[in-house]
Amino acid sequence: MIDKKESIIKQLTQKPWESAQVKVDNLHEGKTFNLHVGKLGLRYIMVVSTIMFCLFIVTYSDRMVYDDWVRMPEPFLLWINTLILFISSFVFIRIQLAAKKNQFEKTRRDLILIGILALAFLIGQLLVWQNLVEAGYYVSGSPANGYFYLFTALHGIHLLGGLIYWAMTIKKVWNINNIVIRKAKHTTELCAIYWHFLLAVWVVLFGLMLFS
Amino acid sequence: MFVVLLVLAVVLGSVVFHMWSPWWWSDIASNWVGMDDTIILTFWITGAVFVAIGLFMAYCIWKYRYDKNKKAEYEPENAKLEWALTIITTIGVIALLAPGLIVWNNFVTVPKGAYEIEVVGQQWGWSYRLPGKDGILGTTDIKNINDDNPYGLNMDDPYSLDDVLIDGDDLHILNNQPLKLNLRALDVLHDFYVPQFRAKMDMVPGMITYYWFTPIKTGTYEILCAEYCGTGHYAMLGYVVVDEQGDYDEWLSEQMTFEEVLASNGKSDLIKLALNKKNDF
Amino acid sequence: MAADSYDDVAKSKDSIPALEVAPQDLYHAKSFWTKYIFCQDAKVIGIQYALTAAAIGMVGLVSSWLMRMQIAFPGLIPMDAAAYYQLVTMHGMIMVVYLLTALFLGGFGNFLIPLMVGARDMVFPYVNMVSYWVFFLAVLILAASYFVPGGPTGAGWTLYPPQAITSGTPGGDGLGIVLMLVSLAVFVIGFTMGGLNYVITVLQARTRGMTLMRLPLTVWGIFTATVLALFAFPALFVAGIMMTLDNMLGTSFFMPAIVEFGERLSYDGGSPILFQHLFWFFGHPEVYIVALPAFGIVSDLISVHARKNIFGYRMMVWAIVIIGGLSFIVWAHHMYVAGMNPWFGFFFATTTLIIAVPTAIKVYNWVLTLWRGNIKLTLPMLFSIAFIITFVNGGLTGLFLGNVAVDVPLSDTYFVVAHFHMVMGIAPVLVILGSIYHWFPLITGRFLNERLGRIHFWVTFIGSYSIYFPMHYLGFMGVTRRYFEVFEGDAFTYSITGINQFITVAALITGAAQFLFFYNIIVSSKLGKKAGKNPWKACSLEWQTPDVPPTHGNFGKDLPVVYRWAYDYSVPGSDNDYITQDTPPSAVANAKAEQT
Repeated sequence: MIDKKESIIKQLTQKPWESAQVKVDNLHEGKTFNLHVGKLGLRYIMVVSTIMFCLFIVTYSDRMVYDDWVRMPEPFLLWINTLILFISSFVFIRIQLAAKKNQFEKTRRDLILIGILALAFLIGQLLVWQNLVEAGYYVSGSPANGYFYLFTALHGIHLLGGLIYWAMTIKKVWNINNIVIRKAKHTTELCAIYWHFLLAVWVVLFGLMLFS
Repeated sequence: MFVVLLVLAVVLGSVVFHMWSPWWWSDIASNWVGMDDTIILTFWITGAVFVAIGLFMAYCIWKYRYDKNKKAEYEPENAKLEWALTIITTIGVIALLAPGLIVWNNFVTVPKGAYEIEVVGQQWGWSYRLPGKDGILGTTDIKNINDDNPYGLNMDDPYSLDDVLIDGDDLHILNNQPLKLNLRALDVLHDFYVPQFRAKMDMVPGMITYYWFTPIKTGTYEILCAEYCGTGHYAMLGYVVVDEQGDYDEWLSEQMTFEEVLASNGKSDLIKLALNKKNDF
Repeated sequence: MAADSYDDVAKSKDSIPALEVAPQDLYHAKSFWTKYIFCQDAKVIGIQYALTAAAIGMVGLVSSWLMRMQIAFPGLIPMDAAAYYQLVTMHGMIMVVYLLTALFLGGFGNFLIPLMVGARDMVFPYVNMVSYWVFFLAVLILAASYFVPGGPTGAGWTLYPPQAITSGTPGGDGLGIVLMLVSLAVFVIGFTMGGLNYVITVLQARTRGMTLMRLPLTVWGIFTATVLALFAFPALFVAGIMMTLDNMLGTSFFMPAIVEFGERLSYDGGSPILFQHLFWFFGHPEVYIVALPAFGIVSDLISVHARKNIFGYRMMVWAIVIIGGLSFIVWAHHMYVAGMNPWFGFFFATTTLIIAVPTAIKVYNWVLTLWRGNIKLTLPMLFSIAFIITFVNGGLTGLFLGNVAVDVPLSDTYFVVAHFHMVMGIAPVLVILGSIYHWFPLITGRFLNERLGRIHFWVTFIGSYSIYFPMHYLGFMGVTRRYFEVFEGDAFTYSITGINQFITVAALITGAAQFLFFYNIIVSSKLGKKAGKNPWKACSLEWQTPDVPPTHGNFGKDLPVVYRWAYDYSVPGSDNDYITQDTPPSAVANAKAEQT
């Protein structure tokens, strides 16, 4: 098994018809990265949604510089919701460690906790919306309002999508046996990465709205 | 082997069509001869490439047609040839780009002393505003628009009252005078385009865009809206007339200023308001 | 250096056994429903994509007929301006997104990628199936917009605000535009799922010996296009969502304060140009999302049917990658006269013309592949030749429009219409047609009828060239596009009535020829001449499956092992004029590969 990773430039300048190259190539395993497809797939999804959020942020900062920009207030509840996301990420780190050590009892307990936290976050966000609407900050009121509702909604949808994957993880971790143990660990790992990603996205969005 | 003839016919047919086509641009009536020249230059370079590739391909198809006793050449690449072609192409591209950028630089650099007028587009017609005696266009805001003030002029702008409004009539411009068009749209995108002037630019609600040109030939020219603007887009036409000084002055003297328009509508209170502001200024 | 090529390899090791890989979790269909409807086999999904795209594409084709009728023979088919603009819009949107993108990536991508890289299926078959059904839903939503009050949107395929969502545009104040935007958003979601599969299958699921540089250019083209889509489609998604909110909830992302028909709307402070930037940040790469697969596929068609390796394979790969990269920094060349900062013109004109260089290299290499080849004038080859002519023509007129000063008089005229139809309408479609003639024997085990195919070729090529070549000259005259009533403008040096009628007749005939083609497909799939295995004597893996057509799992018991690149045609010393990719060196010990 040859696993000397060649740089992408080097790979793209190979002459596949030359005999020396043929000998090397015949032993190639056919994989570009030494990575599980699931992990690569998750990265793909994170790249796509990062691009999407970046484009929103670009348009946001483009709009922000006009002098008719009116800021949105940040209800205190948002800080609590942010805290909830931080706690979720922390819990997921514990889950990752527990799963690594095959402590599935602990993993299960903490996964349930994640579900509760996620629901709390979503309900919290809805409450924030309700407060703001009651205070007269409608979505069409000003561009800042529009962006606020848009950002929170998209982030919420991402979390909902994450909950689907969370349910699949629960299913795997609950019916654990020797055959699927690797799979369960793998799924847990991916789920954790996604949750950290959601925290990062939220921190960026919240920070942006806070400091604009 | 008919396909060889087909390739030849397409290549040569294109050249013949180009030479004999009665569909060609109308005589230019502005200073943008440089645009026409760049097009002609582009035609020569791209035409040569098109003919060369077509003929060479026809030759290859004929010369290297299938023969089961023959074998194709085995040649994965030929670095020298490929680099040579790359360099030649790059030179060709630079030859196209350089003059194009020079013309564009002229296009975006409005000469000092250009006469500024405003063109307003709305679904589906054109109106115009000239700066009047003070030579300066009053500022506008879309929020001011109402029946008395269709252009949305700012009442507290001292340059507003003498602006000449041309609503529902042809625009006249002076021959050989550099002209900067300030373009404004009230509802959706439009584009003020006169084929003989070659230039065009979209009009975007919420902002003022512009371009400039110098008319060089008197006559009446048709305006076409060149940016899709809804169901009536195709009917958004108009005329612009290029006059010599005498005709132009006569036409201008017949037009009404903003003040006169307000007066004719019996809105003297508005005029008074504006005049007070003007004195404050 | 000329060295013995495969001899020493042959001596040292005969054939390398397939890797000990864990058997992929292939889903085995149990019923009709899971085999043909909710199927997870990429080949079936590819065909589903292709059929759906073709079906909605017919709506696009008929739309173009109707609008050409209005242009040339007004009144013959009664329609008002609103209906005309709805036809124009739906024609554009369907052809670009729902036909070409879906067909190249969803159709060809699904069918060919696993076969060409030597995989049993895509890496995430379930996601792949969902991807198709989400696409299908997007098509249904699009079709539904025909049946809502006010009809589909008539905003032009670019959907520029403010007109897209104001009452002066057909469908602008009804559900038409909403359904359009929702359909696009759904399409993007479905496509992202598909793209996930294409990218990761190419990267991670290749068979043993299949290095990146041994991949056929078809895979390179589809792969790079998918990566482009990965970056570009989010922009469309973002723009679509923001415009939907502007329309439904009254936000002002893209809507400035406007007065429409004397009435002040409640919007304030948005920027219409921002939408255009987002749209073209998607829209320009979109051109290459369609073009790059065509580039890749046509390279393979030319190589197979000229019995010669593709000339300058490495340059071809680099060109695909470079074009893909550059396509993200040229988008504003669609906006030279849109009112953006005029100084952007210098930058975008320069980047745009730089793209001409790698594109030209591709053209040279196609022609140089024909040079000293042994050219079989099969139908795929004929369509490839037609593609080169059309693409060169359309590419060269791109040098007019990309050069900012030349674009000023030509933008928004029929020159633009002619240019983009040549370069991203006709040219990719010629490749699609050629490749269907090429791969039909693999899909069904039978050839398409040759005689019908020849008629189809002649009519399609001559017809489409006659439509679009003269159209450029209308543009020079200043005939503006998107005019419901074509009229003899003062600026026009010659009547445009006759030429418009000629173009319309050519369009009707060319379109009719496509129905002949559909007939050929239907009849030949049952009655066509049996093709047998590898009828074109091609090297790449998709033709080396044990069964033709390939069955579920593609490669039977063992995955193939790859011993050479995809272009070992006419290797000196070998008995045949091709050596397939999975032929071990010992089987062709006499063959010598020449070195350069």
